[in-house]
Amino acid sequence: MIRLEHLTKVFSDGTEAVKDLSLEISQGEFCVFLGPSGCGKTTSLKMINRLIPITRGRILINGVDTQKRNVNELRRDIGYAIQSIGLFPHLTVAQNIATVPLLKRWPRDRQRKRAQELLDLVGMPPDTFMDRYPSELSGGQQQRVGVARCLGADPPILLMDEPFGAIDPITRHKLQGEFLKIQERLQKTIAFVTHDIDEAIKMGDTIALMRDGELVQYADPATLLAEPKDRFVRDFVGADRVLKGLRLLRARDVMRPPKLTLHIRETVEHAIRLLDERRRSWIPATDENGRFLGWIEREDLSSASSLAEALTPAVSTAAPRTPLNEALSMMLGSATGSVAVLDDADLLVGLLSFGAIREVLAMDDESEDG
Amino acid sequence: MRRLIVPLVLASALLGITAWMTSLGTVGIYRIPKWNEVLVATFQHLSLVLAAEGLAVLVGIPVGFIVSRRALRWIGAPLMALTNIGQTIPTLALLALTSIALGSGFRAAVVGLLVYALLPIVRNTYAGIRSVSPAVKEAAQGMGMSRWQVTSRVELPLARPVVVAGVRTSMVVNVGTAAVAGMIGGVGLGKLITIGISVNVFELVIQGAAPAAALAILLDAVLGLVERWMTPRGLRKADSQMSRGTRAAKPAQGLT
Repeated sequence: MIRLEHLTKVFSDGTEAVKDLSLEISQGEFCVFLGPSGCGKTTSLKMINRLIPITRGRILINGVDTQKRNVNELRRDIGYAIQSIGLFPHLTVAQNIATVPLLKRWPRDRQRKRAQELLDLVGMPPDTFMDRYPSELSGGQQQRVGVARCLGADPPILLMDEPFGAIDPITRHKLQGEFLKIQERLQKTIAFVTHDIDEAIKMGDTIALMRDGELVQYADPATLLAEPKDRFVRDFVGADRVLKGLRLLRARDVMRPPKLTLHIRETVEHAIRLLDERRRSWIPATDENGRFLGWIEREDLSSASSLAEALTPAVSTAAPRTPLNEALSMMLGSATGSVAVLDDADLLVGLLSFGAIREVLAMDDESEDG
Repeated sequence: MRRLIVPLVLASALLGITAWMTSLGTVGIYRIPKWNEVLVATFQHLSLVLAAEGLAVLVGIPVGFIVSRRALRWIGAPLMALTNIGQTIPTLALLALTSIALGSGFRAAVVGLLVYALLPIVRNTYAGIRSVSPAVKEAAQGMGMSRWQVTSRVELPLARPVVVAGVRTSMVVNVGTAAVAGMIGGVGLGKLITIGISVNVFELVIQGAAPAAALAILLDAVLGLVERWMTPRGLRKADSQMSRGTRAAKPAQGLT
């Protein structure tokens, strides 16, 4: 866990780069520092591993003040990847990846084995790449090695400063996706800097949006999109093509067929059993003609005598041709976080969830860039 | 070893010319120095070059390194400007000055040469260290290398080819300058050349100049090998351009 407390940075020329920044990144969380250039996001990141000294405030990692630790040892326990990668040109790929293990005096064969594992992890065949030099790799491959290197000694925390910034969009999307898969497995605590809202929304569990050294909004991507705190956030988020992209997509492109529906005349007991079996907290309800009526929520069932009584009518429903930006705002107003998609006869043809939208957006980005 | 063929052929040709001049015995009323005299002069010449070069390396690399440090950068830039100006001082003038100050002879010649030999070494060391990409240094530091580790594991290995290129330039220039120093100090091949000039005997001048040129070519070839050997493998492809760019032109100046 990383905790920034009233963090302030004043450079020697008087510029206040970071102003009283407080936030907490919990264990296993992927936190994106987002904002226009000069907003203090990189400065904040570099204060975590003390590449930039803190003017005021403090940073705690698992409750320990970073100032109280030996700076080199602190850094060896924090993975660090930067946009310009900074691979050591005079060392092989394997030696580059084993930089921190070497500093930590791991035995030789363990260093090499670790490099092998990590190359596998980032999708580069170790036999081919172990003994190559950085100058022999493509930009995307160098970036992969950069990621592998920051994982070198398996640090619990990663600091990444636009690690996918310097590569072409297609490779970038691919690496982002692969890195998300890696993160799913490794569950690192990550502080990740970017100015790219697409990347922030795609990658982050939470987004810390900064402006002029101040934290403007700290929220998960859905909240940031749905409830921008002020005009700046709205502009920053809204000016982007993710939302423009949403307008271009229709509900039918993203919806998933309803796997499970409940007839309104079923018994309450049946509904409870069904929901508990499937570990669902809600289910769409239909009438005898298959027309959508609303949601049955598990928590309403215990006190209800019939399903009709427990029914929560849907505030709004979408049609297959409803644009996704509209569907998304419906979704955020919906009790279940889902939107029902109905055809002209009010028959339930699909369900929309935030996860599905995110997935399609990621795919859509790729085809756009290609 | 293909890179050695051209220098070896050239050096042999120059030595052939020397042998030819030596075999003449006399030109007009003048006696041409014998083999052993040419050898002694060549040996003196080489010791002059190596002594000056050795001192220049011992002084120049640390100085270049120190002024490349962040705390001393303010010295670095003006010093580099100064070394550039230093190289514009005519060789003859500087050597004349050192011989006036220190008298003629081997020691005065070494001091004069040292000043010249220092310049490319200081400059290349400084440039080599400064040329290490800030991203690479930041990555090294960010991963937890101590200051000393950043220097010893990253900066120095990356700067090494440029530093060696500086030594190579310095050495080759030095062979030529040593001929001029010899004219003043009365040692080495410069002495043969001076005599040749003063009595206006072309063969005598050639007899001194040809072995000096051969020496420059051979030393350059040897240092070329050293440079290659000292260049980390990962830099080799990129480096062939880099050192070519950094290394100054290497005329055997002062040979005529």
